[in-house]
Amino acid sequence: MATPDIQLDAHGRLRHFLAIEGLPRALLIQILDQAERFAPVGDRAVKKVPLLRGKTVANLFFEPSTRTRTTFDLAAKRLSADVLNLNIEASSTKKGESLADTLRNLEAMQCDMFVVRHQVSGAADYIARQVAPHISVINGGDGRHEHPTQAMLDAFTIRRLKKSFDALRIAIVGDVAHSRVARSNIQALRTLGVPDLRVVGPKTLIPPGIEAMGVTVHDDLDEGISGADVVIMLRLQQERMQSALLPSAHEYFREYGLTAERLRGAAKDAIVMHPGPINRGVEIDSEVADGTQSVILQQVTYGIAVRMAVMSMAMGTQAQTGAA
Amino acid sequence: MLRIRHGRLIDPASGHDGVADLWIDGGHIAAIGRAPKGAANAREINAKGLVVCPGFADPGSHLREPGHEHKATIASEARAAAAGGFTTVCCTPDTQPVLDNASVIEHITQRAVAAGAAQVVCLGALTVGLGGEVLAEMHALKAAGCVGVTNLGRAVKDTAVLMHALAYAASAELTVFLHPEDYWLARQGTMHEGAVSTRLGIPGIPAAAEVIAVHRDLTLLAEAGARAHFCKLSAGDSIKPIAEARKRGLPVTADVGIGNLCFTADDVGSFDANYHVRPPLRDARDRAALRRGVRQGGIDIIGAYHEPHDADAKAAPFGLTEPGVSTYDTFLSSLLQLVADGAFDLPTALAGASLAPHRLLGQPGGTLDVGAPADVCAFDPAVRWHVTPAALKSAGKNTPYLGQTLTGRVMFTLVGGRLVHQL
Repeated sequence: MATPDIQLDAHGRLRHFLAIEGLPRALLIQILDQAERFAPVGDRAVKKVPLLRGKTVANLFFEPSTRTRTTFDLAAKRLSADVLNLNIEASSTKKGESLADTLRNLEAMQCDMFVVRHQVSGAADYIARQVAPHISVINGGDGRHEHPTQAMLDAFTIRRLKKSFDALRIAIVGDVAHSRVARSNIQALRTLGVPDLRVVGPKTLIPPGIEAMGVTVHDDLDEGISGADVVIMLRLQQERMQSALLPSAHEYFREYGLTAERLRGAAKDAIVMHPGPINRGVEIDSEVADGTQSVILQQVTYGIAVRMAVMSMAMGTQAQTGAA
Repeated sequence: MLRIRHGRLIDPASGHDGVADLWIDGGHIAAIGRAPKGAANAREINAKGLVVCPGFADPGSHLREPGHEHKATIASEARAAAAGGFTTVCCTPDTQPVLDNASVIEHITQRAVAAGAAQVVCLGALTVGLGGEVLAEMHALKAAGCVGVTNLGRAVKDTAVLMHALAYAASAELTVFLHPEDYWLARQGTMHEGAVSTRLGIPGIPAAAEVIAVHRDLTLLAEAGARAHFCKLSAGDSIKPIAEARKRGLPVTADVGIGNLCFTADDVGSFDANYHVRPPLRDARDRAALRRGVRQGGIDIIGAYHEPHDADAKAAPFGLTEPGVSTYDTFLSSLLQLVADGAFDLPTALAGASLAPHRLLGQPGGTLDVGAPADVCAFDPAVRWHVTPAALKSAGKNTPYLGQTLTGRVMFTLVGGRLVHQL
């Protein structure tokens, strides 16, 4: 009944990358290891490897994005793929074309991989079930559901800086209810063996039953980040700042904004992460965002290597399946 | 004269349950057991090994005509209903144009008669265009033959309008079919709010949305003096307040959709749009309470709530699909599975599918009493069948059972003594 079945081929290899949920620990480790091998590519004078030469990757963004699309774009180009960037929100759907028809047309353009971002949960799963079997689908974020490459780049960052997941205390702070980053991170960090995983936020931003995903819930920031080795701050969307969920950005910052003073309650060597783009003075103080414990820009850099890893693995599986 | 031989006759109205012959004459039940007068030249249908019971009736199905013929037509669905053992189905008013005036009813009735399968009765709209603002011409709707009025799941947001609509329906002596759901709590959701919606990141509809509306509606009903039927209960906590109101003498009844008895939110699994229904499938505790409600009588009716869709309606990510399941073809199998699972016994199931909905709709039928219309269903409770799009009579192939093997099939159906379906 879970999503993952269609993500893997008969041999357990990655065909699509739609969600962290259901993926085995070994596969997540394999992605991280592969990303380690790609990380130095970005430091070279010629930042390219030929793994996806002759392949066409279509970035299908049904929802606006700068960072994620750019890093997918870079990742594909560093793998020597041809890249098609489609801002679908602005084109087809406004003309009344159905999602299924859009997909048919892109298939007809002989694309090999779709990177999909969509505002509705389950969109990547739906698309993966619709497309021709030779096409790999990579989820670049679906609604509130998952953002699996973000979770893998977060895990990559954590592993690089903390070496192991086994004894970590990790707090995810903010708008968990509307966050696909939070869901993917919870799935990934649980699978990778983090023993103490917490979500922190006001009750209006914590979805019911989240404990079932293996986290503890805190509505007090100091309590939630106490002794934490990693603090992952979530972006607060503009439309929630003054709504029935929150009275004001000002009050949110006072209660849940991460300041240098409050960060002192975490472990001494705690790192601070954020999927970006950050709202300075809303969920995070500039002093922290730009401070020595912040690894926010490293996350962006690692994002390219992680996306290269996922894309090359999925395409490799397709090549082997096709050859078989 | 027609003789249905050697079937196991189950008549929830009389409590009869045993192998006997059923005699039909002039469109009515003529006798059970011994041959009546004039039986010498009777035609015979062998029903050995079959259960023979009153035909089913449904408290609200979306027949899609007029206006949505790309999904289904009255002819296609009246035939599918007959093949599913239904002898009377109740057309919902969400047609295009909306069934808020007599002319639409005439159209539907003509089509139903021409189809010559299950009988079709109509529910009128409670408010004009189901808009929740202006009362529909309920007296005219009643005169045209509507068996009740409803605003379906289109919540009447303004409580004053709802109060007036109930009072007006009371003076028109029309039963109001209520779909209890608080508009504000439900408006963004597409599935039950709980651990599964949280995991999948699908906006949820809390059980409270229904329970609050049940309490509100019961309070308004007591004021307005209206007779009402609560449709499609999904939350276990909705049952008790209705039962208590009934004890206090309020003329209210309730039903549950077959899907909410069979499935839970867990079945949505990974965004399977065939489990996208409204009200949503809730958790195992709710499902157990709903089954208990049927068993103990707090819930009178098991509804098919047939919602046939075209393929496009389900071809999208979960939250963008249209809710509803095509149920006529699989209704009996679901019912038998529930009996096999010990949810309730067979006579209770058949009473909830035939006797009680006939009473709700004010239709004769629903019983094998001598003199009653010969609206009869005969099914093989043991035969297994494979669910494929081609095996489904309904134009709507939107069912979570596709690809599965089910047990139990309707072998023949009579409406007014006339054979309208035979497998």
